[in-house]
Amino acid sequence: MKFLETFFNGAVMAKYLPDLLGAIVTTLWLSAVILALGLSLGLVLACLRCLGRWYLTLPIVAFADIGRALPPLVVILICYFGLPGLGISLSGPAVLILVLAGVLAAFAEEIFWAGLTAVPKGQWEAGRATGLSFARTLFEIALPQAVRLGIPPLVNRALAITKMTALGSVIGVKEILSVSSSAQSFSGSATPLTMAALAYLAIFLPAVILSRALERRFSWAV
Amino acid sequence: MTAPSPVHRRPMLEINRLEKRFGETRVLTSIDLSVAPGELVFVIGPSGSGKSTMLRCCNRLEEPSSGTILLDGEHVTDCRGAALDRMRLKIGMVFQGFHLYPHKSVLGNVMLAQIRALKRPKAEAKARAMEMLEHVGLAHKADAMPAELSGGQQQRVATARALALDPKVMLFDEPTSALDPELVGSVLKVMRRLRDEGMTMLVVSHEMGFAREAADRVVFMDGGVVVEAGPPEAIFGNPQSDRLKSFLARVSKDEE
Amino acid sequence: MGDFLDLFLNFEIMAKSWPLLAKGLGITAKLCAAVIGLGLAGGLMLALGALSPRRWLKWPAIAFIDLFRAIPPLVLLVFVFSGLPFAGLDLTPFLAVVIAFFLNNSAYYAEVFRAGIQSVPKGQAEAARATGLSQPQAMLHVILPQAVRNVLPDLLSNTVEVVKLTSLASVVSLAELLYSANMARSVTYNSSPLVLAALIYLAILWPLVRLISRYQRGLAAH
Ligand SMILES: Nc1ncnc2c1ncn2[C@@H]1O[C@H](COP(=O)(O)OP(=O)(O)OP(=O)(O)O)[C@@H](O)[C@H]1O
Ligand SMILES: [Mg+2]
Repeated sequence: MKFLETFFNGAVMAKYLPDLLGAIVTTLWLSAVILALGLSLGLVLACLRCLGRWYLTLPIVAFADIGRALPPLVVILICYFGLPGLGISLSGPAVLILVLAGVLAAFAEEIFWAGLTAVPKGQWEAGRATGLSFARTLFEIALPQAVRLGIPPLVNRALAITKMTALGSVIGVKEILSVSSSAQSFSGSATPLTMAALAYLAIFLPAVILSRALERRFSWAV
Repeated sequence: MTAPSPVHRRPMLEINRLEKRFGETRVLTSIDLSVAPGELVFVIGPSGSGKSTMLRCCNRLEEPSSGTILLDGEHVTDCRGAALDRMRLKIGMVFQGFHLYPHKSVLGNVMLAQIRALKRPKAEAKARAMEMLEHVGLAHKADAMPAELSGGQQQRVATARALALDPKVMLFDEPTSALDPELVGSVLKVMRRLRDEGMTMLVVSHEMGFAREAADRVVFMDGGVVVEAGPPEAIFGNPQSDRLKSFLARVSKDEE
Repeated sequence: MGDFLDLFLNFEIMAKSWPLLAKGLGITAKLCAAVIGLGLAGGLMLALGALSPRRWLKWPAIAFIDLFRAIPPLVLLVFVFSGLPFAGLDLTPFLAVVIAFFLNNSAYYAEVFRAGIQSVPKGQAEAARATGLSQPQAMLHVILPQAVRNVLPDLLSNTVEVVKLTSLASVVSLAELLYSANMARSVTYNSSPLVLAALIYLAILWPLVRLISRYQRGLAAH
């Protein structure tokens, strides 16, 4: 019973539930913004890379490589603590969105690009031969196939990066983890942490299960 | 309907009342078939008639729904776990798609089960592998990787892999159907030689010419039952059932 | 520009903080060794469980994998580090990190191994069994070598993620690379130590990230 008292204390749950609900909303909108920004930036970068100009390709590849190689927390700390020294003061949520959307864009660019290179050359030639412009061939023929190919890894990556919104707790963003951590130290009970874990499960478990289904659905394409 | 085997000794392989169902669908119905020591039995029949399923039941890659299978008087159907693994050593099988291990060399393919399952010392396994590769005419390819071989060569390595374990019987599932016509000859040559050396063989194949010339007995399956069985002259020269007649007519038309 | 160099690329401060960071790097290395080793071993076990025909093995393994893929690693870490003491389990930061990341990583490695094992054609297992190899022997000598080769890029990219993940240990005051760098930052009021840490991560991980891209392009090409 001591276990239940410690990790599933009803009174503590009731007390901190409103705060936690607010935090869930924060996590959700942060995730939505990060997904929208990251995926669209990644797509744009992959398309630009298709143009095959070295002055575009080089910075794009560097960005994608660095974004994939650096731990996001390092970049978050540099932006949050370093930029004010240059007179650029960003709020916690702004830093979180900027960094995580950037990281997602780096991965998404790489996934879209891998998909584009996997589209057979004949598809491009067929498009151009039937009088489609480069852009039309890209958008109507190559990209739909590339996106389809990229969906399973993209879903997995998007999931992993939205889960990183928990890093916001380090720079004072009032998302699920930070709200429940401070509730834990106020209440002297582990219950808020349990609530946080349950909240994340409620958000991400359906997504994980969905990603399994997607993978099965698209596996024939890869 | 069991045809009497020409040699009256204890059968090497004996299949009794074998049944196989996949869920609701019944694929094999009361199959009886025995193969005498040194006999070469050919199984023919239309696609989907259950030939592969029957072969796969013989070494329990497919679990029979009922019936018994005996190898040289020992129950195959009762074996479990390690005993089944030991039983499989005595039943060589060559698959239609060969299934060579792509990450191992030709020699490695032929040595693996000798070392791991038969527990042969490495040197002995290697000597035996080379001997078998010699037998199928591929000793010079011992260090090649499977991807570097032609289909016919892969097939012969698969045969050597099974033979190296000194099986009592060899099962072949359409050994030549994945091969270009000009490669078929080399494979049939190996099988002919095996037969002359007294190996017991159960072969599913559409090589009617080879069946006519080399088989001791031919079994015709359709719809999961053995419809007719007998010496090749009888099966090809004097078919009894309508189903066999129409099958032979279809096949000979295809071959023209 | 002068400000920027002074605040972010101050070589003097970098040099001064180097001993601290070097120590942190040592701990990061130890952490990586422990977490990668345990994660690979646990992941393989879980994958074998998840693919087992025995239901009492299969479903718990899948549930474990999905559960720990759904919880953000930082939440897991905070839960293990500050939640378990309530249950009378006091862990050193190092142990807390190893446990939390073992749970997280083995779930991710399990997914990679599972995909790899499933990518090996069924005929391979049948051929092995037909020559009398036992189930474990067939797995060890025939299936796994091919499985690992087929998912080498994914194994590698997961390992890069694990190395990046160790930076989260700084949150529970484990003096690894990022913690040491952040420490140096707060003492010097200068972001250069963080930038140095970022450069160290880059030096280690960029070659791997490049390799992964190469590899994936190679796979896509055929
Ligand atoms: N694993 C399985 N699950 C369900 N049905 C199966 C399975 N394996 C085989 N069957 C069915 O059993 C029947 C017999 O198949 P089998 O492969 O034994 O035929 P076959 O005579 O070898 O044909 P082919 O000449 O085309 O190789 C087919 O109708 C097939 O659809
Ligand atoms: Mg068949």
